[in-house]
Amino acid sequence: MKTARVAYAGAIHEAHPYANGLRLADGRVLREQDVVWLPPFEVGTIIALGLNYANHVKELSKELTVTSKDEPLVFLKGQGALLGHRGMTRRPAGVSFMHYECELAVVIGATARHVRPADAMHHVAGYTVCNDYAIRDYLENWYRPNLRVKNRDGGTVLGPWFVDAADVPDPHRLTLRTTVNGKTTQNGNTADMVNDILALIAYLSSCMTLQAGDVILTGTPDGVVNVNVGDEVVTEIDGIGRLVNTIVGDDSFGFEEPAPCASNT
Amino acid sequence: MQTPRPLSFDFAPWRLSGTVYGTLLNDPAALAALGDAVHAAPYKAPPIAPVLYVKPRNTLARNGASTAVPASATALEIGASLGIVIGRATGRISMQDALSHIAGWTLVGDLSVPHGSFYRPSVRFKALDGSCLLGPRVVPVDAISDPDALTLEVATSGSGVCSFTTSGMQRRVAQLIQDVSAFMTLSAGDVLMLGVKAGAPQAKAGQSFSIDCAQIGNLQGHLVAQTPEVVA
Repeated sequence: MKTARVAYAGAIHEAHPYANGLRLADGRVLREQDVVWLPPFEVGTIIALGLNYANHVKELSKELTVTSKDEPLVFLKGQGALLGHRGMTRRPAGVSFMHYECELAVVIGATARHVRPADAMHHVAGYTVCNDYAIRDYLENWYRPNLRVKNRDGGTVLGPWFVDAADVPDPHRLTLRTTVNGKTTQNGNTADMVNDILALIAYLSSCMTLQAGDVILTGTPDGVVNVNVGDEVVTEIDGIGRLVNTIVGDDSFGFEEPAPCASNT
Repeated sequence: MQTPRPLSFDFAPWRLSGTVYGTLLNDPAALAALGDAVHAAPYKAPPIAPVLYVKPRNTLARNGASTAVPASATALEIGASLGIVIGRATGRISMQDALSHIAGWTLVGDLSVPHGSFYRPSVRFKALDGSCLLGPRVVPVDAISDPDALTLEVATSGSGVCSFTTSGMQRRVAQLIQDVSAFMTLSAGDVLMLGVKAGAPQAKAGQSFSIDCAQIGNLQGHLVAQTPEVVA
């Protein structure tokens, strides 16, 4: 089953796919542009993986001092970064490299602590698509990736649908792609994860208790390019969903003059 | 002038509805302790913007909690920080307006596996279950006249008492709120740590600790050995 959370006509509703749009639990049938899409589940801890696709590691290798043989590169994010389908994400004036990352988001469904890889899938409730933006201008080498790069308001987009795990027979064989204004810029397959979902749940649950609603953003393949104000960025995973986001500028955010954009370069 | 909107505030036992953010290296002495390494790889330069980290919900614990020390660690660092409890949405706020966005103050016992590298530390060091003690209460913002001049005494049953002050930080409370809110919006119920001072003590399994601040109270915790887990 696919489930969304949307705001419509003064209330928040659970919704399901219907024809070319969606159907609210109360029976109303709507077009996708008629509702405000929220992240499709109550999000707990947001756990993100860096460099979890072999080809993305290669893409960024000039700035790397680790290899994919090391411990998984895990970082955590705050709730303020969350955004739903068809939302708008701000690109501050003056930055030179802001990029999307199309990622399979794995949603935990049952408490996990010291879980063996073989049992890991029992703790997965389902999946959604994530587009996890980064602004590399702000990269500093302290507690990388620092939150100024990776924890932007509206920079972690989730949706449109939460897809039950039972409906995804093999989460390690899903095609991911990103298009910017209709042009394909990123193409990959979840088969190429360095640490697969089983390994990630085993690793994470060995050092912390995972709880229902926690989400693991499993990393992105190569093909990240800069996006500009006005771009429509579509991150899509076959069988999971097609997540649309639009890049907007400072003028939507009440800046009276160009925002300060101090960087370390 | 409009009457300020009342701050949302959950009285103890309060509901921490938000995210707890730690602030790294806000004590100039902590950065200075790294010496020339600050300019060498992998850091290459001292930090510019505030360096934050997230203490996820599995870490949150109450006053008096017991925290398990992982078998792989000989001790945990007992980081003591002032916790700034955010009272309303705080985005792009100037120093002058910072105080009006704060609901109150609490103490944070930020426990971590000691680690020498701040480049890309493992989640294992900072996200241990029960490694973020909050309490013993939240005091209202106006109960403390100068949050940048508090004394925090950290006592461990192993190594006596260390005294720290919240003064002398690279970013004082108001400056920190301004500089963090410049790049991310904090929400009511979020807690932002002012930062742990250099020289935080360590404690081992079997030992207890307390963090005491006259204006806030006494926050206590205990370290226990992690029970060997049969992998389920």
